[in-house]
Amino acid sequence: MKNNSFLTVRNVSKSFRGLDAITNVSLKLNPGEILGLIGPNGAGKTTLFNLITGFLRPNSGSVLFLGQNLMGMKPHEICKMGMARTFQIVKPFSQLSTLENVAVGSYNRMSNVKDVEEKTWEILKFVGLDKRALDPASNLTTPDRKRLELARALGTLPKLLLLDEVMAGLNPTEQEEIIDLVRKVRETGTAIFIIEHHMRVIMGLSDRIVVIHHGVCIAAGEPRVVCEDEKVIEAYLGKGAYLAEN
Amino acid sequence: MPSRPMQPTTHLRPGFSRKAWISLGLVLVALHLLPWVIPNVLHVMIMIFLYAIMGQGWNVLGGYVGQFSFGHSVFFGLGAYVSSLLFVNLGWSPWFGILFSCAAGIVLGLFIGFLSFRYGLKGPFFALIMLAFAEIFHIIAMEWKAVGGALGILIPLEGNSPALMQFMDKEPFYFITLWMMVGSLYLVWKMEGTRMGLYFLATREDHDASEALGVDTFKVQMVAMAISAGMTAMGGTIYAQYLLYIDPDSTFGLANSVEIMLRPIIGGPGTILGPLLGSVVLTPLSEITRLAFQSYSGVHLMIYGLILVVVIMFLPNGIIGLVRNVFYKMRKRAG
Amino acid sequence: MIISFIFQSLLNGILVGGVYSLMAMGLTLIFGVMKVVNFAHGSLIMLGMYVAYWSVALLHVDPYVSILIVFPVLFIIGASFQKFLINPIINAPEHNQLLLTLGVSLFMENLAVFLWSPDYRVMKTSYAEINFYIGDITISLARLLAFCFAMLLAAILYVVLTRTDLGKAIRAASEEPRGALLMGINIKRIYLISFGIGAACAGVGGAAITPFFPVYPYVGWLFVITCFVVVVLGGMGNILGAFVGGLIIGLADSVGAMLLPGSMKSIISFTIFILILLFKPTGLFGREHA
Repeated sequence: MKNNSFLTVRNVSKSFRGLDAITNVSLKLNPGEILGLIGPNGAGKTTLFNLITGFLRPNSGSVLFLGQNLMGMKPHEICKMGMARTFQIVKPFSQLSTLENVAVGSYNRMSNVKDVEEKTWEILKFVGLDKRALDPASNLTTPDRKRLELARALGTLPKLLLLDEVMAGLNPTEQEEIIDLVRKVRETGTAIFIIEHHMRVIMGLSDRIVVIHHGVCIAAGEPRVVCEDEKVIEAYLGKGAYLAEN
Repeated sequence: MPSRPMQPTTHLRPGFSRKAWISLGLVLVALHLLPWVIPNVLHVMIMIFLYAIMGQGWNVLGGYVGQFSFGHSVFFGLGAYVSSLLFVNLGWSPWFGILFSCAAGIVLGLFIGFLSFRYGLKGPFFALIMLAFAEIFHIIAMEWKAVGGALGILIPLEGNSPALMQFMDKEPFYFITLWMMVGSLYLVWKMEGTRMGLYFLATREDHDASEALGVDTFKVQMVAMAISAGMTAMGGTIYAQYLLYIDPDSTFGLANSVEIMLRPIIGGPGTILGPLLGSVVLTPLSEITRLAFQSYSGVHLMIYGLILVVVIMFLPNGIIGLVRNVFYKMRKRAG
Repeated sequence: MIISFIFQSLLNGILVGGVYSLMAMGLTLIFGVMKVVNFAHGSLIMLGMYVAYWSVALLHVDPYVSILIVFPVLFIIGASFQKFLINPIINAPEHNQLLLTLGVSLFMENLAVFLWSPDYRVMKTSYAEINFYIGDITISLARLLAFCFAMLLAAILYVVLTRTDLGKAIRAASEEPRGALLMGINIKRIYLISFGIGAACAGVGGAAITPFFPVYPYVGWLFVITCFVVVVLGGMGNILGAFVGGLIIGLADSVGAMLLPGSMKSIISFTIFILILLFKPTGLFGREHA
């Protein structure tokens, strides 16, 4: 049987001017699952996302999505294949309305204006932004901007959604709302690859977790197993912490 | 209870309201009657329309896609020279020549665009590259005797000859430029309601986010560049036929790039009527100062500079931006 | 004969290149610190030339003493420009800053025409006629002095930036504005001073060549485009890059003058400009400070 992988990252490495950002990282993501990506600040998580979504080219290794090698593909081509992403620092189209923002995503799959409008309103309702549809995106609050970032990506009807620290800057209540939203998205069958800093969030959401530290994958597996892994604890709390804990 | 209906009745680009359409219609009718009511203003009106057309060309690339070109005179000059050379050397009618001018503009635009956008040039870098190209063409036109050199090209007037776009009176040029201007407005209006139109704006706002949403920003910029260059080049042909004289300075000069660029910037970048509004404000200004300070017609440039500074500091979205702001605030207060 | 002609051209190229270096260092400093592309740089050069011209014509000072007048005058003009026009829009989109500086240059240059007429003015000074001769090579004293003054100011600027506290503050502000703020550096003051210095460099560069170059309102345009080419070549914000770039462009210009007729020589600089922007937009030396 041919390799029917969903997303396969194989021995991917990237360095900038001699500085190794990502070294030999491999991982697999299955259809419909939520894969969490954690690691201390500067570990290379966003760099990995950029390599997968075509914003950066790996120095070596390959990324396969739906069986196709993504080498050399531009981000918009990868998006057309069914992979969408959000950005850690949100990038709304400030001068456009919320509706227009999401419509840009919807236009990825449809070209008829009426269809796009209908789909866009659907998505706005789904994420809870329908009341803000005609407001300029620059007027949105931080949680709403996160919703917008998500809504736009959903418009492209992705099979795989990459979320980059979507919880950053939100208070616990707001985080709960976004967590619910992410679960709703998963229920529609979309696979999710999520970078998150808050342990509690990612433990609760993920089916599996990958841990990156200094650009290297130091652990992978189920949440409970990973968070008891000695290397992971040391990465977050420093050397000797594991021994101290035990 | 939601304050807006859930049904998708709201359009992605509202466009003009019924009142606005009626007003525009009335204005258009009035403009058709103008030559018989106030014949003295025809020259100014022709210049207003001409620069509105070229300003609209700039607007597509600058206002809508966010790539500010400081060298749009390169397309204007190219268009003017191509049709004029075809007429003077081969006897080809400018009605035919204008198509070549448009094509030449598009080819040059795509060439510059390919070089610039492939490498992701933006902002001041793109502005300067356009300036560099305009200056290169300026220098070539100055030195190349075959295209007239510093003396330029004098287009022989053969009396009334509609087939050769030559007229003794101003009225025909008035209507030609009027309808071309209306055409440019129509083109942009139509574009706003399409996918490409929205992609223009998305690309302007954020390249990365657009790419992540499936927008081919390179293609988008190339399309905008082609439309922009073609429109501006066509303006060059009409200018040449109307004034019957072109030279490197008046066509490829930086002053011309500024004239073209200022209309949409003052009027409202990224809007349909912006370039026209800007032209209505600036063209009479420059014509009046040209007459008042005959010894030196650059006083209007000084005023342009002042207006530009004031607009950038206090009205960055141009006149239309100001009007919209006022309406938005009024609507907000009304609830 | 040919060899000495080439040598002569190259020599003149380096001499004028030194002046380009100084002017470009001012431009790149402004960009490096404030990320502002100062389109009005040409007007500042023009103003420096007029101040020098009027100092000599009305106050009868030595042309090179007028440089001492030009520096503070242009410094103040530059600082005021920054404070009243640039600072309010420091957070606006890039193209707005570009447009603003374009507006200022339009205003200044045409105001100059209005006040002083578009006529070319030539400074009356004996320096322009003194030449040295080495074999077949003629070295004009005026050009040599222009080069020396430009190099002197460039060297002073370099020392200030690398050895003094002010210089360190400027470099900190350009690389990490927020960090610099936290360290207690008064960013507003740094911006003011940097713009002032940048303007003064432009003005002094202009003043230095006034003994042998005609003064007229649009003279700035000749140099500002060259300055941009130099700055892009050397890496925007890179002082050392601007220094070396100026000399390179000076040489390129003289090579161009040898090979191409009339105003075509500028085509070489423009082509270099376009090529650099396309293939190495960070310049030969990259963006960071030396």
